[in-house]
Amino acid sequence: MTDNSPTPQSSSAAETGTDVVARNQGHDIPGLPPHRPRQTDIDPRAAKRAERQVALMFLASALMTVLFVIAFVQIPTTDTWPVPFFNATINASNTALGVTFGLAIFFIGAGAIQWAKKLMPDKEVVQLRHPLKSTQQERDEAAEVFWDGADESGFGQRKIIRRSLLLAMGLFPIPLVVMLRDLAPGPLDLGVLKETLWEEGSRIVTDPLERPVRPADVPIGGVVSAMPANLTEVQHEEGNLNARAKAAIILVRMAPEDIQSQQGEGWDYQGILAFSKICTHVGCPIALYQQRTHHLLCPCHQSTFDLSDSGNVVFGPAARALPQLPITVDEEGFLIARSDFDQPVGPSFWERDR
Amino acid sequence: MSATVNAGKKAATYVDDRFASANFFKRSLGKVFPDHWSFMLGEIALYSFIVILLSGTFLTFWFKPSMVEVIYDGSYAPLKGVEMSEAYASTLDISFDIRGGLLMRQIHHWAALFFVAAISVHLLRVFFTGAFRKPREFNWLIGVGLLTLALVAGFAGYSLPDDLLSGTGLRIAQGIMLSIPLVGTYLSWFVFGGEFPGTDIISRLYAVHILLVPGIILALVTAHLIMVWYQKHTQYPGPGRTNENVVGYRLMPIYMAKAGGFFFAVFGITTLVAGLVTINPIWAYGPYTPDQVTAGSQPDWYIGWLEGALRLMPNVETVIFGFTISWNIFIPAAVVPGLVFTAMALYPWFESWVTGDTKEHHILDRPRNNPTRTGIGVMALTFYILLWIGGGNDLIARFFDVSVNAITWFLRIGIFVLPPIAFVITKRICLSLQRRDREKLLHGRETGQILRLPHGEFIEIHGPISVEERAVLLSKPEVEPLALPPTEDANGVKNKKAGRNRLRSRLSNWFYGDNIPLPTPEELAAADAHLAHEIEQTTPVLDEATALRVGTPGVIADEGVLHDDPKLVAAARDAARTIEAERGENKS
Repeated sequence: MTDNSPTPQSSSAAETGTDVVARNQGHDIPGLPPHRPRQTDIDPRAAKRAERQVALMFLASALMTVLFVIAFVQIPTTDTWPVPFFNATINASNTALGVTFGLAIFFIGAGAIQWAKKLMPDKEVVQLRHPLKSTQQERDEAAEVFWDGADESGFGQRKIIRRSLLLAMGLFPIPLVVMLRDLAPGPLDLGVLKETLWEEGSRIVTDPLERPVRPADVPIGGVVSAMPANLTEVQHEEGNLNARAKAAIILVRMAPEDIQSQQGEGWDYQGILAFSKICTHVGCPIALYQQRTHHLLCPCHQSTFDLSDSGNVVFGPAARALPQLPITVDEEGFLIARSDFDQPVGPSFWERDR
Repeated sequence: MSATVNAGKKAATYVDDRFASANFFKRSLGKVFPDHWSFMLGEIALYSFIVILLSGTFLTFWFKPSMVEVIYDGSYAPLKGVEMSEAYASTLDISFDIRGGLLMRQIHHWAALFFVAAISVHLLRVFFTGAFRKPREFNWLIGVGLLTLALVAGFAGYSLPDDLLSGTGLRIAQGIMLSIPLVGTYLSWFVFGGEFPGTDIISRLYAVHILLVPGIILALVTAHLIMVWYQKHTQYPGPGRTNENVVGYRLMPIYMAKAGGFFFAVFGITTLVAGLVTINPIWAYGPYTPDQVTAGSQPDWYIGWLEGALRLMPNVETVIFGFTISWNIFIPAAVVPGLVFTAMALYPWFESWVTGDTKEHHILDRPRNNPTRTGIGVMALTFYILLWIGGGNDLIARFFDVSVNAITWFLRIGIFVLPPIAFVITKRICLSLQRRDREKLLHGRETGQILRLPHGEFIEIHGPISVEERAVLLSKPEVEPLALPPTEDANGVKNKKAGRNRLRSRLSNWFYGDNIPLPTPEELAAADAHLAHEIEQTTPVLDEATALRVGTPGVIADEGVLHDDPKLVAAARDAARTIEAERGENKS
């Protein structure tokens, strides 16, 4: 780093007070006002007092550090303390450690700042700036050094070296990019984005209790989060979150005459409708159901879907209706899916409609 | 003591023998920095970053960035026996079983929130004072880069614990990736190692969060500081301050103590807050599962404006040739932030092009003295705040009992209508303040003292403004809009650039056209004489304690303001007399 600040001695000339130091549009701009002494500058008792304050803060810091160690050893992490005036408790260890450590650090800072403000000289100092640009001569010399070197290297004349080097330099990062390919190993099968675990005859089970559902379990106005029964089969292999992220559905029941439309003829079962629980906007699970209006609201971005009207969007940023799952009951009387969804669930993507 | 000095001498010699460091130390330790509270904003950002690095390093000793499913068996009873990822389980361990772990976690999170907040306010300070002007354009650019990286680091960080809230954030991020035309699906596929959520994302984000992004931030912060050091800090206008000097205090000892102390103050306050205020209680959210969510999910504050953009956008999606384009996601989540950051990054070059200003600037602008820039800034801020409000529309709806749809529609329209209104109002306020400044120079300040003249008339006594204020007001830079370009030169050859330059001239007029000029030196001299006369007239009527004395033309030496301590007053009176005496000698 080359810093051309003048040495400390050179700066006193402009310090002397109200000399005019600059002109702007014909006006004289007053110079630095005379230094006003602080109380600590003229009163030794005040200076002594400030000194004691600073030392006291440093000592307080030391004390807090000791208290921190005691708190660390003595207070178990599970202890709680009541909060006065609030009907609540706080974690005792965290509070004690935070307060002692925080004050230990803070007092060092406060002491140092007090020291600087009260006891160190507060007379302002002037240093000169220098124009940031180099002189023309320096620029010329720099250019000369560069071009001399460039000529000596022969980079300009030796075309074949230059071009082959550029080629090599242009190509060598390619492996670095190619090797990123296996961030997602195996074939790039985007088709799985369009499939879920649901298939013809998949039993609908409640989530998280994994109980099969009879139509009578879903009262009118009721709402049940559900999954396909075969989700348990993928459990524990590599976790089942990928499957969950697509298969989650929500069951609602309304009076059959309240149903204005569905995505397919007779996809309900006696007024029980099954919709994907994954928002078509950016994929949050939709959970807020308003019984009276049959509206389902996404808590993330407030997209609102009308489940009595094919799950169409009535408000918010989502662009597509929630996919509906056609359902019926099996011979034992449990709700089952009649097929997979007829479209991809969740957020849109470029290849969605291909 | 002398033993210490001797040892220090030896060490210094040892180092200088090898690095010739004496010169560097001499210059650096004596370096002068100007003093102003607003210069501490960047410092807060820097210190928060150091706190983040320290606390983050602690957390890495216990955090396990793994999505392997485990059964929780720690001391937090409500989640005992629950299946969760190792990442979440280890975060619970840090919070409940590692002594001081929760404190470190909360220091880390609070410091991150303060970090972005300090960067943002620092950016506003730099913008509104024009500190980004030549020669500091590239430091502005680095600053914009740092802000962007801070957002990325923050998002990556709060996604790591793999709790229900952070997983929801990742889900939204994945939905946004999917909306990018052509490559979006593949991008998401590679980032997540396949379908969402997969089992890779936490360990990948971990590398991004603890190595990649902080490494770049560290490098850029270093560059940022070297530039400040090398180009020297800007200063506000004031007495003795010019474009060619720096007025302030030396690094050694003042800023060693002040800035060093301030680091401890920031660290200490962050730690106190972390000890007393819970942040991101991941144990209350439960482990992530893609089919559950909590109502009122909110990102950290600095992501709020993007969240708001997502919420406000109308639901437009098109299918062209069978390809789906989700404008409802792509525009608010990618296009809007892209434009915002690009505009922000390029602003210094835009302004210097419009104003034709190629000078070096080391004296900061008062925001009022550049009404158009200030207006643009407030306009952008209004836009940002409206989006930010949009990000909390559900909470506002709940707390104020208004319809969320009404808020959304208000903001959808407001986002286009309110920022221009904010621009106009701000510009008008700035111009009014310029007029008031001119008024002050010409008529002095209002003292609030009413005087009854012998014939019954009441007048308010005007006092001269202080030397500091006078210096500030007189430093108002002269600005002039660019003239219209000639359409043809002296030989009648058509000026090909005329069209572009006409636009530039028009923009320049918009920028500087209604500037209120400083009074001319003659006007000011007449005003000073008038004021001196007025004071001379009124002084005899006032008692000694409140008398206004004229120090220098237009400069007041008001004894009452210093201190009540009689010794101090005496000292000040002596000082004032000495100055006046000196001035008298100079004049004669």
